[in-house]
Amino acid sequence: MINLEVPKKYGFLVGQAHQVAAEVMRPNSRKYDRAEHTYPKELDMLAAVIDGMNESGALSGAGAAGATRGGSSGNGSSPKSESTRNGSNLANVLSVAEVSWGDVGLLLTMPGQGLGNSAIAAVANEEQLERFGGKWAAMAITEPEAGSDSASIRTTATLDGDEYVLNGEKIFVTSGDRAELIVVWASLDRNQGRAAIKSFVVERNNPGLKLDRLEHKLGIRASDTANFVLSDCRVPKENLLGNPEIEAKQGFAGVMQTFDNTRPLVAAMALGVARACLEETRERLTEAGIRIDYDDPPQSQSAAAAEFIAMEADYEAARLLTLQAAWMADNSKPNSLQASMAKAKAGRTGTDIALRCVALCGSIGYGEGELLEKWARDAKILDIFEGTQQIQLLVVARQLLGKSSSELK
Amino acid sequence: MPSQQQNLTDRSMAIGLRALNRFAGSPVVDRLGLREQAERFLYSASKTTMRTAASAGRTFAAAQKLTSPARQPTGHSSGLFDLTPTDEQKMLSDSVRDFALQRLRPAALEADGTCTPPPELLTQSDDLGLTMIGVPEELGGAVTERSAVTAVLMSEALAQGDMGLAVACLAPAAVSTALSLWGNEDQQATYLPEFVGESIPAASLAVLEPRVLFNPFKLETRARRTSGGYVLNGVKSLVPRAADGELFIVAAALDGRDPALFIVEATAGGIAVEPEPAMGIRAAATGRLTFEDVELPAGALIADGSAEVYAECIQLGRIGWSALAVGTGQAVLDYVIPYVKDRTAFGEPIANRQAIAFAVSDIAIELDGLRLATYRAASRADQGKSFAREAALARRLTTQHGMSIGSEGVQLLGGHGYVKEHPVERWYRDLRAAGLMEGVLLV
Repeated sequence: MINLEVPKKYGFLVGQAHQVAAEVMRPNSRKYDRAEHTYPKELDMLAAVIDGMNESGALSGAGAAGATRGGSSGNGSSPKSESTRNGSNLANVLSVAEVSWGDVGLLLTMPGQGLGNSAIAAVANEEQLERFGGKWAAMAITEPEAGSDSASIRTTATLDGDEYVLNGEKIFVTSGDRAELIVVWASLDRNQGRAAIKSFVVERNNPGLKLDRLEHKLGIRASDTANFVLSDCRVPKENLLGNPEIEAKQGFAGVMQTFDNTRPLVAAMALGVARACLEETRERLTEAGIRIDYDDPPQSQSAAAAEFIAMEADYEAARLLTLQAAWMADNSKPNSLQASMAKAKAGRTGTDIALRCVALCGSIGYGEGELLEKWARDAKILDIFEGTQQIQLLVVARQLLGKSSSELK
Repeated sequence: MPSQQQNLTDRSMAIGLRALNRFAGSPVVDRLGLREQAERFLYSASKTTMRTAASAGRTFAAAQKLTSPARQPTGHSSGLFDLTPTDEQKMLSDSVRDFALQRLRPAALEADGTCTPPPELLTQSDDLGLTMIGVPEELGGAVTERSAVTAVLMSEALAQGDMGLAVACLAPAAVSTALSLWGNEDQQATYLPEFVGESIPAASLAVLEPRVLFNPFKLETRARRTSGGYVLNGVKSLVPRAADGELFIVAAALDGRDPALFIVEATAGGIAVEPEPAMGIRAAATGRLTFEDVELPAGALIADGSAEVYAECIQLGRIGWSALAVGTGQAVLDYVIPYVKDRTAFGEPIANRQAIAFAVSDIAIELDGLRLATYRAASRADQGKSFAREAALARRLTTQHGMSIGSEGVQLLGGHGYVKEHPVERWYRDLRAAGLMEGVLLV
């Protein structure tokens, strides 16, 4: 039966996440926006609390590590044919959105909640899950010469006895300095294209992994963004995630499948930031005497009220697309198309709403006295990482039009 | 191949009908397939002479007294987030979609040109039981539970065929749904039997008025209380099937204050109707109604003029228009995909270009967002939750993205999109309506 309300059973989860957002994230937002590269030590205590909540299942997936393999790892039982399931994927987008309402930069640097953890959760075998579980893992894909075109990465991995030897350069590694593990994408054979690309788990203290620098960024400054050089970086061959064979069809799809799980989470981050902006703006507008009415046509209300309703409408569309993608994953329906649609809509809507809210609030919105200007800076990354707006549109178009990546470039 | 498809349509319509039409049974199936095509009456869109609608109207009288109004029970949700329609909803919308694609779509071009819905199509759509969806079972209705979602799914499916014809088909259903939801026992006994019978009256819910920045909560049409009932004065715009209308529900400010809904029979004196052809939804034969000192009986007022009922009526109407935009938007998407893959320029299909492909992606993304927002508003209505905000958001998405989808549809076909050889120019015109119309529909 069609119902697009969030079930009551998530009330506790969302409530917990909201408390974290309101009590820990918000009070530290400006501090770590200013003190870029300073480790937010407040999060250590929070991480311990979250581990406890995870144990109890109360706050599953407050960070990106919450992404799971389809619906199968939700809460165990397989779905009955006629009944729907609301599982961990839905829980994850809800809690990620809620914590991002607090501060998306701090969410991104939450200990143990890196995107590498998603990759491990999605592709690792049992032994690897055992070995790497509980460790904070960052993700290293992008290179100076390969961003969205991740199939053309140049970092190589060469088997030498029982070890792979990695060489190359990685940039834009979120939490790269703070994480315990880095999941590095590298090619086993650059002549064999995307099929040869594999992911390798590298310990942060590996002597072959050298921190080049930390970036100074437009936003999400609480989260460190590291650049690395890998020079003869040796890892045990058991650290390759997934199948070590180069298979023409399978290989790249394996590493890419991580994205089907993480894109709705990034969409959820954008929703969190957008909602923060909308709530703050609505409060300010109300103080200024602006009345927003849902029955009167927007064009017969004030321009500010009409604009607010327009923003809220796009927020609603982005939010429902995101819930749809998560619901499909929970019910083991292939959601690659819907995950990218959600990411595309939420990514652009988040930025659009944040920037418009700044304008509506004038110097209050633009000044550092409030957080609106920060949110507007933070929001932009959410339309870029985990696949830019343009990449999402490409993924969507290829599926709709039945085009290969060589036909629709 | 065409005959095979037709059989499929008949079969699936029959399935829908069996569930729907408890008393008609199999004869209807025969009627649908074998009925001789009714003679077509074409009205010229350019006809400007005023004429009274009175002559066409039937007499409505209660055959049987009711002691209390009947209402459909609401369904029970498990509370889980779910995008799966019920089996009944799926069957109904599938059969309506077949009807829409195979009967409405081929008739759309001509109906748009003549501003006239083909009478045989209206009869067929009546046989589908659209007017019975919202009627309680004890009054001859079709489905057990009150469901705005069901109405949304059926409206969406119809508009995938053609929005103008969908409006013509759905207009009487808005009236029967309003009477079912809010009518008292006398109103239900007098009017509802006609909407579950053999010959469904042409009927419309008239809210819109001809003026800029129209706000349905600030009406210029007025009803004045008199000793015997009410006197109605005002003008209503873009009323579907206005010239043939036998029964109207008209929104008017009661005694110069809050808006309320009134039942107006076409035979009441003082109603003038003139054709009001517009940019789109022309197949709905839109007209302008003028009420001049129209005397209404005391029983004409719906729900004692309740402000909540009126607001709900406006909100449910807007959700209905959003549903139509979703259907027509889907038609656009389904049309442009094969087109851009076939059309070659500069040595390869234009679909291989990002500028084209991304436009298709954007249509799909905004369409899906609009669809989900529309479903959410309707499902909240079904669950008895407030839905004013959700209806407004779906409305806003319709106004903005519904329009862009129509525009992009034409753009993707270029010059070919601008000519009537392809339906996208009609969808461009129709989709503009969905964001500005008020009333007419009720989900």
